[in-house]
Amino acid sequence: MSTSQAVLRVDNLVAEIATPRGLLRVVDGVSFSVDAGRTLGIVGESGSGKSMTCLSLLNLLPAHARIAAGAVWFGGEDLTKKSPRAMRQLRGRRIGMIVQDPMNSLNPLYRIGTQIGEVFKYHHRVFSSRERWRRALAVMERVRIPAAASRIGNYPHQFSGGMRQRIAAAINIACQPELLIADEPTTALDVTIRLQILQLLRDIQSERNTALMLITHDLPLVARFCDEVAVMYAGRIVEQGPVEQVFGAPAHPYTRGLVDAMPRISRRSSRLVTIPGQPPAAGEYDIGCRFAPRCVHATDLCRSRYPELTAFADGTRQVACWYPRQESV
Amino acid sequence: MKRMEPIERMDPAALIEVRNLTKHYPIKRHWLARPVNLAALAGVSFSLEAGGTFGLVGESGSGKSTVAKIIIGAEQASSGEVEIGGHAFGARPSATAQAWRRRTLQPVLQDPYGSLNPHMKVGRIIDEPLRIQHALPSHEYRARVAQLLEKVGLSAAYADRLPHELSGGQRQRVAIARALALEPAILVLDEPVSALDVSVQAQVLNLLKDLQAESGLTYLLISHDLAVVAYMSTRIGVLYLGQFMELGSRDAVIEQPAHPYTQALLAASEPQSPAALSGVALEGEIPSPLDPPAGCPFHPRCPQAQARCIESKPLLRQIGADHWAACHFSATHLS
Amino acid sequence: MATDLTSPLSATAETNVAITLTPPVARRSRPYVRHWRLMLAATVLVLIVLSAIFAPWLAPVDPDAMDLAAALQAPSHLHWFGTDPLGRDVLSRTLFGARMSLFIAFCAVFLAGVAGAAIGILSAYFGGWIDGMVMRAADIQYALPPVILAMVLIGIIGPNTSNVIIVITLTNWARFARVLRAEALSLSQRDFVLLARLAGASPWRIALRHLLPGVRDTFLVLLTLDIGLIIILESALSFLGLGVQPPTPSWGSMISDGRAYLENAWWISVMPGLMLMLTVLAANQLGDAFRELRYSAREVE
Repeated sequence: MSTSQAVLRVDNLVAEIATPRGLLRVVDGVSFSVDAGRTLGIVGESGSGKSMTCLSLLNLLPAHARIAAGAVWFGGEDLTKKSPRAMRQLRGRRIGMIVQDPMNSLNPLYRIGTQIGEVFKYHHRVFSSRERWRRALAVMERVRIPAAASRIGNYPHQFSGGMRQRIAAAINIACQPELLIADEPTTALDVTIRLQILQLLRDIQSERNTALMLITHDLPLVARFCDEVAVMYAGRIVEQGPVEQVFGAPAHPYTRGLVDAMPRISRRSSRLVTIPGQPPAAGEYDIGCRFAPRCVHATDLCRSRYPELTAFADGTRQVACWYPRQESV
Repeated sequence: MKRMEPIERMDPAALIEVRNLTKHYPIKRHWLARPVNLAALAGVSFSLEAGGTFGLVGESGSGKSTVAKIIIGAEQASSGEVEIGGHAFGARPSATAQAWRRRTLQPVLQDPYGSLNPHMKVGRIIDEPLRIQHALPSHEYRARVAQLLEKVGLSAAYADRLPHELSGGQRQRVAIARALALEPAILVLDEPVSALDVSVQAQVLNLLKDLQAESGLTYLLISHDLAVVAYMSTRIGVLYLGQFMELGSRDAVIEQPAHPYTQALLAASEPQSPAALSGVALEGEIPSPLDPPAGCPFHPRCPQAQARCIESKPLLRQIGADHWAACHFSATHLS
Repeated sequence: MATDLTSPLSATAETNVAITLTPPVARRSRPYVRHWRLMLAATVLVLIVLSAIFAPWLAPVDPDAMDLAAALQAPSHLHWFGTDPLGRDVLSRTLFGARMSLFIAFCAVFLAGVAGAAIGILSAYFGGWIDGMVMRAADIQYALPPVILAMVLIGIIGPNTSNVIIVITLTNWARFARVLRAEALSLSQRDFVLLARLAGASPWRIALRHLLPGVRDTFLVLLTLDIGLIIILESALSFLGLGVQPPTPSWGSMISDGRAYLENAWWISVMPGLMLMLTVLAANQLGDAFRELRYSAREVE
């Protein structure tokens, strides 16, 4: 999927956690890329490794975790090899990140005008506080915060969750980054607000041709807002490709299971199709396909050899299954 | 079951009837200020037939959790009546009524990590209601626990585990098993699957449906997820800022949404559905309950708002056989 | 990017999202082996406590036996810790002193803990004006300097072993009460307590079955953190002559007795002083390490 326009390219990323039981691989060989102006969605459930993948990209892993192998290519450099100081300069200026809990992304002690302005101070060397305030106001208006001029002096607790996410988005785009990573940005928000935030992110993207990465477990959201999607299971990607294809005609049984398990308003049913069992605990993987214990179609081949991610259909899709379902949308 | 004198019965076969429920909290903005009322519920009425599922759907500030808390008895309503199985639960429910409610109505709450005591073994957690109510002789506890665990799809061996050894879905199953210990007739499910992964959510929802079919349970389901509500419910009520915007049978509300808010919720919950494609993404934020808009509470965000909507608050009017909407223009919104 | 992977696992929110592990609480034996600090402190403390318990067998001579001919002798192979002005063996006195000091300290901290815990939990449960009164009483206890308060109280009721225990309890219960009240309050907001209440559980059942197990961890941590403090308090009282009375040895009184001889017979004060320091250090290290263990395990929940 990598093209010459790829803003971010991840190559066989492996991340491990140290636990009393030894080193566990929570991200076990993940590769993908994001092009400028495109949106990649990474979906998975708890334990799939998607959050750890996201943290690994920006060198934000917790103390007991580390990147064990692989490379993260951004702007011609491998981010895994960069010093913490160099990463600090990169984060915020060229790569932005929006996190799940809007309460956590803002400092409750400072006015939001100050917080947005900080970005200009550190990354753009704007030293005049009035100039910073003016720029902050401009950015707030761009993310459509109502009555921005009168609210710029407010503190984070005076805003609702949706507004805070907008402010977080404002801080992120103040630097005009090339890549924006959004880790569950709307999970804590109301349903009707979610669409607004995603739409905002897409607008920002189209303005500046930013590459956007959306990590979430909310499939309909990904279906609506992403161009490509990668489905993660047990630390690896099991299917990836254009979103209409992957969700419209899932090739991997897990993706199919996920799509079928969601209650759908438009599709009446008296019973949801479920995936039996549970995902394996991180690091405790069998040989062979990791989904095999739960797959109704599993064969001995599936249980003995791991199906690597291979190109599928017309080459735009990849799937890790010995018996992918061939269908097209 | 003792029957009270009928007072404007909406449905004689109803197991739960709620009439004009209001709840406000006095809030002081600062120490010396006079308290203002935060209206969490501003007049909610609905009924739930035995064996059915009533889905209460809404976003933050809608008051749906408040309704649940009042019905299970964790909070008192400011005014209005709740009648369950003929017993009245108003301002001061009688001791017999409360005792009856404990045996007949059980809650299942949202947080699978907070609803189980982390220091107690699963078996002990499940049989606690039996112990408190002395419902069974003690030598029968273990057998009962095994039976309940099986009912929710867990093996009897789980009885000796501690909660932190279980996954979120398993914990919710334990919570359901505990709720079933006293053989209640009604379960109040407050966001029972919101904290779970999609595939686990489906398992738990199926379990709930199976249990309902097996034991004839009645469910009051509260959720922000319209897809879940649409899947599980026989009747649906859409709450916004403490009032119903729309209320009726599941098919009526989902397939013929009359209120613009319902339409917007449908659009947001399922982007690919036919209803969604005609709906529009809402602008603006949910107003603070401390400062509700004049007239129709939804008018600041309503794509079809007109002068009349600011002037007068639309009442819940019947627009179909089992279909009510609180909008001045509901007849014209029916597609 | 170098990361120290041998440092103990500290759970964070990200970890909870990505993986579901069995938290260390379930496996009690293994994490302890990795913490050398904890092991060392525990070993030292256990040795001291054992030597205190077995003092009658370990002490070379009777601690009260006077031998004026051998007075003020420096530490030697005969008297490992030297002798005091009355010819008594400092080592034996130190061992017996440990007995007294540790006995008093453990009793006192335990009493203060249990009393404080009961007061705190009940106060949280009843709330209202009872809670208010109890907390004001705790505030008063906090406000008064413990040593002075102890002095005054001993002055009133007279110095002897049991009075010392009482006085130390009275000057230290508030810490337990406050912290455990806060714990009990936050616990009582949790869903499982609400559900128990709704099921008709009596307040006693809730307190015993739900609140008490929840505060147990914090209680133990507080106990271990406080031991060092209490040992010092007891020694301070003995030092001032308000604790155990002569001839019974106690570290504090031994240190006090040796003050006049610091220049020429330093061992009389220094030996018990060193033992005191060692014990308190070990107790503090134990408390710290224990706290880290308990709280990092807690976060995973």
